[in-house]
Parts: sequence; C-alpha cells; structure tokens
Amino acid sequence: MIFSIAWKNVWRNKLRSLIIILSITLGLLGGIFYLAFSNGMVQQQINGTIQTVISNIQLHNPEYLINNEIIYTIKNPEEKVKTIRQTEGVRAVASKLVSRAMASSAITGTGIVINGIDPIDERETTDLYSKIVEGSYFESDLKNPAVIGKKLAEKLKIKINSKLVVTIQNSSGDIAYGAFRVVGIYKTDNTSYDQMYVFTQKKDLSRLIAVDENTANEISILLKHNDLTKQVTDKLKNIFSEEIDSETLTIRSWDEIQPILKMLNEMTIQFTMIFVIIILVALSFGIINTMLMAVMERVREIGMLMAIGMNKIKVFSMILLETVFLSITGGVIGLALSYIAVEITGNTGIDLSIVAEGLNAWGYSAFIYPELDVIYYFMIGGLVVTTALFASILPARKALKFNPAEAVRHDV
Amino acid sequence: MSIIRTEKLNKIYDGEAIPVHATNDVTLNFDAGEFTALVGPSGCGKTTLLNLIGGLDKPTSGEIFVEDINLSTLSGRELIDFRLKNIGFVFQAYNLIPVLTARENVDFIMHLQGVDKTNRTNRVEELLTKVGLEDKMDKRPSALSGGEQQRVAVARALASKPKFVLADEPTANLDSTSTTNLLDIMLKLNEEDNITFIFSTHDSRVIKRARRLVTLDDGKVISNE
Repeated sequence: MIFSIAWKNVWRNKLRSLIIILSITLGLLGGIFYLAFSNGMVQQQINGTIQTVISNIQLHNPEYLINNEIIYTIKNPEEKVKTIRQTEGVRAVASKLVSRAMASSAITGTGIVINGIDPIDERETTDLYSKIVEGSYFESDLKNPAVIGKKLAEKLKIKINSKLVVTIQNSSGDIAYGAFRVVGIYKTDNTSYDQMYVFTQKKDLSRLIAVDENTANEISILLKHNDLTKQVTDKLKNIFSEEIDSETLTIRSWDEIQPILKMLNEMTIQFTMIFVIIILVALSFGIINTMLMAVMERVREIGMLMAIGMNKIKVFSMILLETVFLSITGGVIGLALSYIAVEITGNTGIDLSIVAEGLNAWGYSAFIYPELDVIYYFMIGGLVVTTALFASILPARKALKFNPAEAVRHDV
Repeated sequence: MSIIRTEKLNKIYDGEAIPVHATNDVTLNFDAGEFTALVGPSGCGKTTLLNLIGGLDKPTSGEIFVEDINLSTLSGRELIDFRLKNIGFVFQAYNLIPVLTARENVDFIMHLQGVDKTNRTNRVEELLTKVGLEDKMDKRPSALSGGEQQRVAVARALASKPKFVLADEPTANLDSTSTTNLLDIMLKLNEEDNITFIFSTHDSRVIKRARRLVTLDDGKVISNE
C-alpha cells in the first residue's frame, strides 16, 4: 500500500512532477545521445583504421619496427600466411612490402609510405578498393600501376595516368628510382593517410628494391570479428613462440599498433560517462528541491501518519519511493527516447559534411553513426536509481524530523 | 474501571521570557466507555493534555498510565507501536490522505497493523456504514464535505480497534448540521460499542452533549464533573 500511496503522491502536483520528469528525460536524452555520438565517432575511426589501414593484427620483424629498413623482413612469409589462414577466427591474410620513400611528380615531391601488395589478398584484408574515387583498383594493363590517395594527388598535382617517380633505398642500401603510373585515386576519412600511403603491386616494388617477390616485412590479418583480436593474437603468439623468443618476429594487435586509438576509445567513454554523471548530479538538485517542496506541503499529513502509528522506516520508505518513482519515470522515458534516437540516427547517420575537412584531418568520418551498447543503458538506468536514492535522503530526513504533535496542527 | 490515569502531570515549555506551564500537576482518571470533553479557554492546556495522553508528547514530570502501561517508560519506537495498537486519533483538520479514497484511508491504518485483507475489507465497510458513508466509500476527500471527511476520520480512528479515541477540536471546522451529525455518530458508537471518547472542544454544542466535563485553566484542572 505504501507503493500505491507513493505512486499516487507523485501525481499529486502534476505540473511540478511533469517538469522534473521532463528535466530528467531531456537530461538523459542529451547525455546519452552525446555518449552514443562520441562512441559512434570513435568506433567508426577504429573500424575504419582496422579495415582500411592496419587490419586487426600485424606481424613484423622487430628490427623493422625500430629501423624501418626494408632489409628487416619476416622469415618464410608464405608459410606463415598459410598457417595463419588456417587459424580459427581469421578472415583474411595478406603479406606486403612496406617502406618509406619519396614520391615526386613533375612539379613537387613528398615523403610517402609505399606498400607493395598483392591486390587480390589486399582486397580481402582491407577495404581500400571500395575507397577508389577515380580510376580503378589495379585493373589497368599499364606497367607499374600505383594507387594513391586524393590528398597526395592534389599535393603532387597529378591525376590518373600521371607518372609518379618513387625514390627508395633498395636492399643493398643504394638509392633506387622507379616510375609508377597512377591507375587509381582513393579517398578515406583520414586525409593524413591519403597523403602518405601509396599502393603498388608487390612484384613491382620487390623488383625496384631488389628482393625476392615472396619477401615481406609485414603480414596483416583481418579477423571475423574485432572481439576475437586478443584471442587470435594470443594463439598466434603461441604458434610462433620460437621466433618471438628469438626476437625475429613480433605480433601486435591493432591496439598495440595504434595505442592512441585504444586510449581515445576508453577516454571518450569515460569522459562522456562523467558528463552524464554531471547531468544527473545537476538533476538531483532539482529532484531534491521538488521533493522538499512535496514534503513541506504535507507537514500535517506526514504528522498525522506518524501520530497514528506509521513508524519512521515506513515514512522514510514512502518519501524514498516517491523520489524513486519520480526519477524512474523520467529515467525510463529518457532511456527509451535516447534508445530510439540512437537507433534511428545509427541507421540514417548524421551528415556533418559541412565540417568534413576538419573531421577528416583528425581521421574522423564526416558521416557519424551514433552507437551505444545496451549495457550502457542499464548502467545509466542504475545511475538514475542511485541519483534518486541520494536525492531522497534530505527530504526523507526532513520528514522524519517532524514532531507529530506539532505537525498535525501545522497551519491550522 | 480506569483506563487512563495521569499523576501530577506537568508539561513546561521554554517560553521567550519565562517557562510556560502547559499542564500543571494534572491528575485525572478516565474510565472505559466515557464520553469526556476537555474544555477551557485557548491556551489552557487541552491539546497538550491530549498529546500527552496520546503519547505524542512527553511530560516534563508526572506519569501517564494506560491500563497498566506507564507511557513515560516507553521508547520512541515503542510509543509509535503503542499508538498504532491502542489509540484512535481525530484531528481538527481531518488530516485524511488526499490521494486515497475514504475506503483506503480507513483501510490504511489496519494495513499498518498488519491485518489481513479480508478482515480489513469487512471492517472498513462496517465502519463507514456506521458513520453513514456507505455510499461514499470510494470518494476521495476532495469529493466529500467537511463533515463527511471528519466522519471518515472517526471511522479511521476506530479501525485499529483502539482502547480509546482522542479528538482534538473535532467540530471546530464544521457547520452546525455536520457537528450534530458527527456528535450523534460519536455518541451512538460510545453507547452501543462502548467506545471511549476524550475530546477537547470550545464548542458549546459539544459541551452540552458531553457526559463528563473536565475544565482546564492555565494548565490546571479547575473542575471535573
């Protein structure tokens, strides 16, 4: 019956209760949507980086990571690729040659990272092919084809079929020059990447740097699901433990390769959760105020309840329940509306192309798809209940301090 | 047989300049089945005496016995439980719970006592019928007149099967018709069910119908007849 009275008391002053419910609803909607928006933005950046740039796991010769010289290659790369392909959870594997180089056009030059790839394997491990905005993805008959980023094309002022001269150190340590023909121009959501990464066929790059065509200094692995990253990484470390122990091979997951992405992901969630908590703390003052008003308007009634024999625990519970009901009503509506808003915009996306240049410069997509795991809705629901419990303490204590003999004659 | 006994009951409030003796050496006995009015001018100590007898306030000195229980020896928690089980209260301003119907208001005190639902339902209907509200059981207080609300308050006071009912100025907010109706009901309950009523009042209509009058002045009993 105390539940029933508490629920009815919530609606005693409808306008006041609706205002506080609306405040909670809008506060949660704002906080959760911001959380989902930030999370979506970062998740897209992580997914984009994994799918387009680094894949889930990479294998290198540890010396290569220190010196970045092409001579530090992986032993028996083809054999390793075969083994990795048979590992559970692996979707695709590609070996490649990666080296720093200079790219020049007739007008200017710039530093690049040149990737010698097998276009068929690469198509399986990255989605670069889908980012082609001009030309094609190695579907040309031209000799020494190259695919470059739009930003690099703009910087070097070159276009499809233009010649790109690459200056690179070969396996003997000598400077080698190679001429490539631009067959495709890609554009990702990361302009820095577009300016730096050039893709050629592995056979052409290996010829230029005078190594065997099967040589590789990077093996990229795309998994069936990102959640499998740790599991597969551990498994591969186990398989190749001898080489790891002899320091001729290192296996790193995407969060080790790009720790800043992992940190960004964790920080975004933490900061936005703090933001949600700040909203709830601010709302708690509104709830406290509303409940204090509700208690002070009912001095005589609460006095009567205490006089006729309602004990302090029940009086406290009644005020606590009223606060919880008030907050949960706003909380449930807020969570439901937030879920709907996140689901809708998560499907349609939010077009921020008006500020695309700035976002792309930081590696973010200009089309944001908010997303939030259901667990966060439960966590925030729990925070709403905690806030309500916290907010109920002061009004409930106030009610308990009433002297029933005086309270029953209040304002009479 | 004496149901309530007060012995040299004093209640002293700290006034701004001097202490105020709200009750001054009040020694009284109330027997079961009495219909007693506490009368006297404003500030004479009627409400204070009712609060002390009802365990809502503690005396500065003196003792109150309800049957054999000395209220002064009970802790705050025990007093709450004592009030719930032994005393019915009727207040000047009715003090019903506005969000509950007449039925629910009467039912609530039995719910606090832990009475099962079937017994509660039967007793609520019996009591509301006795106070003449059988057709208004599902109305909220806002849909009832002042007199009807006070009748619900009387039914509520009786719901817990108390040893006695304390009523503080029960007719102060009522018109003459409602006052007469309420007094008729209270007297009928007193006569037929032997319910003990002790009430404070200024109302001459109530004073006329009381069977015993205790007159107070400056906290002292000046007549008891």
